Amino acid sequence: MSALHEHSITALAAALRARTCSARELTAHYLARIQDLDEHLNAYITVTAEQALAAAERADRQLAAGTAGPLAGIPIAHKDIFCTNGVKTSCGSRMLDTFVAPYDATVIERLQAAGVAMLGKTNMDEFAMGSSNETSYYGPVRNPWNLERVPGGSSGGSAAAVAAGLCAAATGTDTGGSIRQPAAFCGITGLKPTYGRCSRWGMIAFASSLDQAGVLAGSAADAALLLQAMAGFDERDSTSANEPVPDYRAQLEDDIAGLKIGLPKEYFGEGLDPGVAASVEAAIKEYEALGASVREISLPNAPLSVPVYYVVAPAECSSNLARFDGVRFGHRCEAPRDLEDLYKRSRAEGFGAEVKRRIMIGTYVLSAGYYDAYYLKAQQLRHLISDDFKRAFAQVDVIMGPTTPSTAFALGAKRDDPVAMYLNDIYTIATNLAGLPGVSIPVAPVDGLPVGLQLIGDVFQEGRLLNIAHRLQQATDWHRARPGVL
Amino acid sequence: MALDSSDVAKIAHLARLDVKHDALDHFIAELSNILDLVEQMRSIDTSGVEPMAHPLHMAQRLRPDRVTETNQRERFQQRAPQTEDGLYLVPRVVE
Repeated sequence: MSALHEHSITALAAALRARTCSARELTAHYLARIQDLDEHLNAYITVTAEQALAAAERADRQLAAGTAGPLAGIPIAHKDIFCTNGVKTSCGSRMLDTFVAPYDATVIERLQAAGVAMLGKTNMDEFAMGSSNETSYYGPVRNPWNLERVPGGSSGGSAAAVAAGLCAAATGTDTGGSIRQPAAFCGITGLKPTYGRCSRWGMIAFASSLDQAGVLAGSAADAALLLQAMAGFDERDSTSANEPVPDYRAQLEDDIAGLKIGLPKEYFGEGLDPGVAASVEAAIKEYEALGASVREISLPNAPLSVPVYYVVAPAECSSNLARFDGVRFGHRCEAPRDLEDLYKRSRAEGFGAEVKRRIMIGTYVLSAGYYDAYYLKAQQLRHLISDDFKRAFAQVDVIMGPTTPSTAFALGAKRDDPVAMYLNDIYTIATNLAGLPGVSIPVAPVDGLPVGLQLIGDVFQEGRLLNIAHRLQQATDWHRARPGVL
Repeated sequence: MALDSSDVAKIAHLARLDVKHDALDHFIAELSNILDLVEQMRSIDTSGVEPMAHPLHMAQRLRPDRVTETNQRERFQQRAPQTEDGLYLVPRVVE
């Protein structure tokens, strides 16, 4: 039998139910791996060993009594953007370095009710603003496939931890690609559900009309198990979708013969690395072998999604982050002269450079005289981008393309050029603007680095996307590859 | 879109960020580059297009106006930098 961390969640859940392994043993195994290996990766900000073992022991009792939830004893990690009652919740920022959340986010509460053991909180770009995990106050996360490369961001800690076997799966959030891009760079499966599918309550807000919680896991089947526990209406989130949650696991095995795949020509043009393009095309050939048909489509306004995003997201960020004022919680400067000095220095000291840039862009585009030229214009273009997808889904069942233009880049390569960093999310951002679900799954690597295939579905089609991803993962072994260095 | 140092100083003030004089140049270049990226939006005519405020075009949900939260002032104030008698302390505002 292979090591415990090499098993799928389905296999682990079966082993726990058959009592061939205890939840305590499983959690202790992961904690030992974190202790041994995380110094190379920096994937965790906080490790909650005591709570994890206590949750595992509770799961063992429930398993013995036959009252265990579907994820009883499964050790997972949470992105440090989710509030966790009594546990430090930093959002990767000095601003919240000493913040201990007074309640659990809905997503955390639901996963706990399903029985998971929380191993800890994962590293991330500060306030989820970044594509390389280099903006974290706690230092960059390293890519387990090559320690000199970035893991992607902003859910970089979650992606690295899953890829390196430092948790069975992890939560993440995706505002412009922050689950799918690190999943692609780290060779794992990442799911960003439809906007409103998972509650945003207790998830520290970045851009409220784009933010969505999701999953980073070893396979589509594992992601389906977590999504099942996380999804659903929450009256505490005013934009939560009141839509029934289907049985995602039951859908996994559905036949995909006759599936109509659309390939947007805008996602295969200039700027795409030829190696990545070849891997994505090889995966699409596999789908054709499974009975799918392929046609070219067009998303004519998609190339504008990066400029539109860099108006909408900073505008919403400048508004959301106004709450960090040094008064009620978070960092406060020493010896403020007056109230304005307290605000200005607390915020200047508490926020890093990228967060400041986005707050300032957002403040600018929302300031008097500029609203129509920037924010209103962006909201209009957002409508056109969304309409492109509507037209596409009248013709095809799923849209496919690369998740990212290249494989993981070197640490530091884009750190001093914000615009180059932003363009890394060129294929993922449109999905957030339109509120659609997206999945990234690993396909053939290039020069030893993982490549992600992106699947985009119509609203609330995450079950279908997981099904389509799962069928490829049954036919191929790309998703089983794990980094060797660790 | 080129910003100058007085533009950036004004934005920083509106955002309540203490940007030191010697850091201004850095921000001027970076923010101008980001705004250049954003300028690409002008290439498309959007006259008559309805702005999209919500990705799923959902209406804001309302709930009955009744008390659903209990008061947790003490618990929440434990996270505050400085409090006294249940109040948040800030520097003197009124002389």
